[in-house]
Amino acid sequence: MFVLVVGGGKVGYYLAKELIESNHEVVVMEKDRARAAQITDEIGSIVVAQDGCEGKYLGEAGCARADIVAAVTGDDEDNLVICQMAKHHFDVRRTIARVNNPKNEDLFRHLGVDEIISPTRMILGSIEQDIPVHELLHLGGLGGSELEIIEAHLQDGSPAIGRTTGELSIPEGCSLFAVVRDGVASPLRPDTVLRSGDKVIAIGRADCEAMLHEQLIGSEPEALRPGL
Amino acid sequence: MKIVIVGCGRVGAALAESFDALGNEVIIIDITTRAFDRLSDEFRGSAIRGDGTDEDVLRRAGAEGADVFLAFTEGDNRNVMAAQVAAENLGAARVIAKINDPVRAAAYSDLGIATICRTTMQSDAVHLYLGLPTSDMPGVIAPTGRHHGGEHHEPVRPAAGGTEA
Repeated sequence: MFVLVVGGGKVGYYLAKELIESNHEVVVMEKDRARAAQITDEIGSIVVAQDGCEGKYLGEAGCARADIVAAVTGDDEDNLVICQMAKHHFDVRRTIARVNNPKNEDLFRHLGVDEIISPTRMILGSIEQDIPVHELLHLGGLGGSELEIIEAHLQDGSPAIGRTTGELSIPEGCSLFAVVRDGVASPLRPDTVLRSGDKVIAIGRADCEAMLHEQLIGSEPEALRPGL
Repeated sequence: MKIVIVGCGRVGAALAESFDALGNEVIIIDITTRAFDRLSDEFRGSAIRGDGTDEDVLRRAGAEGADVFLAFTEGDNRNVMAAQVAAENLGAARVIAKINDPVRAAAYSDLGIATICRTTMQSDAVHLYLGLPTSDMPGVIAPTGRHHGGEHHEPVRPAAGGTEA
């Protein structure tokens, strides 16, 4: 597999190193010459010391034959442009962008970036898991789709307690598939009666959340998560 | 018309003033307030400090539903992003992004964003003056394709002819 990595910061550097160790062909584009030289010293002459946002240099780095382009610079707008140029100008099959501002995720997805990695969102997700709020927790996204895995911790006052999953009005495009009770995970059946303390795991689109919240947590969702 | 300009450099400020003088509603946005020193005291539009690629900032500035949206900062990619946010999420009718890399400028007009490329314009102007052949590219390259995520609105209407180099 030929992977073109744009951005030779910490992420790009370790990404290239790991890919080479797994016997993939890698080219790194890094416009800062000093940094490019440093990477060359450490992992060999796989670096093109040019701006990967510029069409001419993307072409010279072999973008047209890349299987994957990973845009991992520190700037969202650069990563967007790199992926769009790769996708639409060089017909690259798969583009991956690092996104810092979680609010940009939807825009990137909408504009055709195949995979979006958001360190901010991941850390935020981790923090949410530690906060005992009466909210839905985002456990992660499903690659290549708009679906998210969501956990609802049922506490006293939840309208779902004492009811079966079949009795709840679960929004279309959303599925409750498992329950964690006393540390044991089991599949949710339409006749499973929900109890206080249950953790219900659902898959659904982000726009199902308000409804899920109402059914499983009760009350109005609080805007804990940016971008909603 | 409601005209939103991101980037209050020489060109952005000059356009803001001329559109304002013609009686339009002008909103100009820049990341530094110092940039607004370029505007004359006669300017009656709004000058708002903020990141023009941030949708929230643009909404707060009142950019929603602009008739014309111009992305004229010093960064090609910032312009591309601001222009796409405007076209996709803010319902701007006509959007122009300044992109100085000719390859990127052509690529984005294929993607449905009108672009203006200083490199091509200046090179053509010099060629023209010296009597040499020019690229024949218009000053503003009209969008030729539909914007990628543009299934929910009509393609941006092409500009009426290019500007002179």
